[in-house]
Amino acid sequence: MSDDATFMLDGRPIRFVAGQSILEAATAAGTFIPNLCHHPEFKPHGSCKLCTVKVNGRASSACTTRARAGQEVASDTPELNRHRRTLLQMLFVEGNHFCPGCEKSGNCRLQALAYDLEMLNPHYEHFYPPRPIDASHPDVLIDFNRCILCALCVRASRDVDGKSVFALAGRGTAQHLVVDCPSGKLGDSDFAMTDKAAAVCPVGAILPKRVGFSVPIGERTFDVEPISAHAAHAAETRG
Amino acid sequence: MFRLETAENPQTLRRIAIEPLTRVEGHGKVTLLLDDADRVHQVRLHIVEFRGFEIFIEGRPFWEVPVTVQRLCGICPVSHLLAATKAMDLIAGYGSLTPTAEKLRRLMHYGQVMQSHALHFFHLASPDLLLGFDSDLTRRNIVGVAREFPEIAKQGVFLRKYGQEVIRHTAGKRIHGTGAVPGGVNKGLTRDERDAMRRDIDRMIEWALSAVHMVAELHRAKPEFYDHFGEFDSSMMSLVADDGTMDFYHGALRALDASGDTIFDQVDYAGYQQVLDEQVKPWSYMKFPHIRSLGPEKGWYKVGPLARVQTCDRIPTPLAEMERKKLLARGNGKPVMGTLHYHWARLIELLHSTEVIRDLLDDPDILGTDLMADKGERRAEAVGVIEAPRGTLFHHYRVSDNDQVTFCNLIVSTTNNNQAMNEAIRAVATTHLDGKTITEGLLNHIEVAIRAYDPCLSCATHALGKMPLEVDLVDAEGTLVHRARRNMGPER
Repeated sequence: MSDDATFMLDGRPIRFVAGQSILEAATAAGTFIPNLCHHPEFKPHGSCKLCTVKVNGRASSACTTRARAGQEVASDTPELNRHRRTLLQMLFVEGNHFCPGCEKSGNCRLQALAYDLEMLNPHYEHFYPPRPIDASHPDVLIDFNRCILCALCVRASRDVDGKSVFALAGRGTAQHLVVDCPSGKLGDSDFAMTDKAAAVCPVGAILPKRVGFSVPIGERTFDVEPISAHAAHAAETRG
Repeated sequence: MFRLETAENPQTLRRIAIEPLTRVEGHGKVTLLLDDADRVHQVRLHIVEFRGFEIFIEGRPFWEVPVTVQRLCGICPVSHLLAATKAMDLIAGYGSLTPTAEKLRRLMHYGQVMQSHALHFFHLASPDLLLGFDSDLTRRNIVGVAREFPEIAKQGVFLRKYGQEVIRHTAGKRIHGTGAVPGGVNKGLTRDERDAMRRDIDRMIEWALSAVHMVAELHRAKPEFYDHFGEFDSSMMSLVADDGTMDFYHGALRALDASGDTIFDQVDYAGYQQVLDEQVKPWSYMKFPHIRSLGPEKGWYKVGPLARVQTCDRIPTPLAEMERKKLLARGNGKPVMGTLHYHWARLIELLHSTEVIRDLLDDPDILGTDLMADKGERRAEAVGVIEAPRGTLFHHYRVSDNDQVTFCNLIVSTTNNNQAMNEAIRAVATTHLDGKTITEGLLNHIEVAIRAYDPCLSCATHALGKMPLEVDLVDAEGTLVHRARRNMGPER
């Protein structure tokens, strides 16, 4: 790669290959840009806005913005992190996220980001939306209370599993996850435990049944290290 | 109707409220109704906070329940974790636990009893006992104890800390960990963790024994007062092991009457509803359980340390059993009923817990790695019962084929003691307040009686939708237009 295939991220040069997004290049270089709806195996969605950075002074989603030589990118700044905290606070209050009783605790990216970005309280009034859980499937449970509408399950089911079991319906604050079958119940769909869509939820919305708290406290992903360090180590492991 | 529960003409009486109750867990108040001559006509312990876990746990997946329900308390969450997990062991279809898993759960639980009893005695109760019921209010607290009796306060703090460390090593956190999961435990004990606990346990046993001797000495100094303060006859209930010995983790139900005669024994707790019933009263969020065969008027009972040391045939550790015999000797062959004996009994249980912890740490099984039981057939309904620090704790669940909880009934230790606490404060009010000018020190006598039970008021209030309720719609002329009634029984 030539020397000019780099951009500057928070004052540090980041090398990239043509076609990579800023987020992909930063992740490959071991630099964490907070994100929730991104997954390296799927087309970027650009919906959670956690990865918003300033590219040459303009706000852009790092997951959907191509890396280009000479860009000046700002990510880890007080202003952007303040906005990220606000986004997290809004995510927490619009659903029912009760970490104390959630089996995803310690492995949840939403919780891990809230810790990493030092979100100390929800700030906004809770919506407390009434959202029943869907336990109709024998192996997998959907707890809609915790869905953050990242659409990772939608993309995984459509692009990898070829089933399109999930979709986002409604608009604005009424937007919600739906299951594609007449009853709307996961148990009546052709969803399977082995589907990619069963393993991509970043929060505790889609969970394998009867696993619960089998991993002890201290050994969960983000007990070992915060999400920012975890991403950096993952990049090192990938080489 | 119980004596002093409801005054005949409350509108003519003067009302005194002790609110909030201090040095107890949760929020409660006591109301007293007195006439012009300061005669007591009504005394009630009201539980004014509300938790409602029984209802909002409905619909949740069963494997999540133990960790969620333990959040109803920050003092003895391990008890709720284990009671719920014991029920979910059966719901999930697991058979007998592996020896290591059961011993690790026991270690966690006895660590929990130890820390809770130490917290209660040293932080909450000792200011009354060591400094005086009507001592200077501003010094009647743990800081005051630390100033006057620094060594005792230090031992209390470290005893509690040790129990918390036992919980941390077994549950992952000092408060609200995980550890127990349906079918076993999620974490084994490392040799380093075991050795760290083993290093200090002998000192803990020594300090616990001194604490028992200290309370016994307080009783010896004022035997009449300690024997009869808040004294009243009642039945007693607890789990006991199949050989009749004290066991906080598992056993069957035994109830004795005030003479020490058996009401029932070795009752499988899965059938608790055959021997126990619950009553709801309009002035408290806390239900009133009673022994079904004796009815609500005579069937109430007490649970917790003072019940347990008397329902069991013996304590299976030597030092605690020796001290138990000294306490029982106060009754001259009959059960001891003085409210302040709760403290003595509680510290004997603290001592017992330290001895059990030592024995578990010395057991090679404790370092085993076989943590999960074999799985069998699922069940739709199960009950888990444990002896929590404050007494017998019932968790009862039904679960749908989809794994969702459809029914939850909790009879929390403090709920079992509801009538007993009311009786205790009525006994104290009659003896110490009736006809006297009310002072803060006298009112503290009421709180002392409640504190002796170490009530956890926040744990105990879950009767959502069961409270008696009457709503009248009245027009501008005062004419009744409509009356809605719920759980009120037939209209009189």
